[in-house]
Amino acid sequence: MSMDDVFKALADPVRRQLLDSLHQRNGQTLGELCEGHDMSRQAVTKHLAILEDANLVATRKEGREKLHFLNPLPIFEIADRWIEKFEHGRLRALDELKKNLEGKRDGKG
Amino acid sequence: MAKDRFVYVTYIRTTPEKLWEALLTPEFTRQYWFGVTLESDWKKGSTWKMIFPDGRVTDSGEVLEVEKPKRIVLKWLNEWMPELNAEGFSRCTMEIEPVEGATKLTVVHEIDKPASKVIEAVGGGWPRILSNLKTLLETNEPLAMTKGGCKSAA
Repeated sequence: MSMDDVFKALADPVRRQLLDSLHQRNGQTLGELCEGHDMSRQAVTKHLAILEDANLVATRKEGREKLHFLNPLPIFEIADRWIEKFEHGRLRALDELKKNLEGKRDGKG
Repeated sequence: MAKDRFVYVTYIRTTPEKLWEALLTPEFTRQYWFGVTLESDWKKGSTWKMIFPDGRVTDSGEVLEVEKPKRIVLKWLNEWMPELNAEGFSRCTMEIEPVEGATKLTVVHEIDKPASKVIEAVGGGWPRILSNLKTLLETNEPLAMTKGGCKSAA
């Protein structure tokens, strides 16, 4: 799956609603996810398949039930790709500060 | 039974054997897992512990199941935050599966109680760890932040 798949999967309000629903309560069955949607079971199944293909939803079998989980890693990687470099400077500054402070303490002791 | 858990899935361009090694050997974990070291012989029934660069044991537990290089299940107890420790043991399952051109890693962390603080806490940490792990295995280069953390801790 590529980043294109992730953006395509996210470019639909119903699919974002499904993710919101899992964010609120992780580990739902298809039946539970269909509640609150004015859509056929088939339509929801199709949306979930697109989300699963993009790795935004992970599924696990539990007994006879298939549970759906929000998998945040693709979104985390998107954030990382464009935000991480800005974070970087801040983290390096903290690291330098720590080294300086610890260096001083070592000097005293 | 009421449960709280997360399921994280990542696809990494590597082999199951390399991924297994990266998950469980200190030389690797130090590079992508906030500088921590995992200690165990990884045999069923053995204990394991996670050690911070400053020597504190942060988490510990028991190896419940192991099938190299496919699956490992760990009993998991937080040792350093009282409110997380109070929730008792959680369970972490790591599953490794070869797929076309990559290896699928599934991490499930669960506890037999609803709205768990443990699940909230570990759930927040895993995306960074797994993203670092992917970067390390695919490019041989962990994020500088992790390297810096290791250097200053050494």
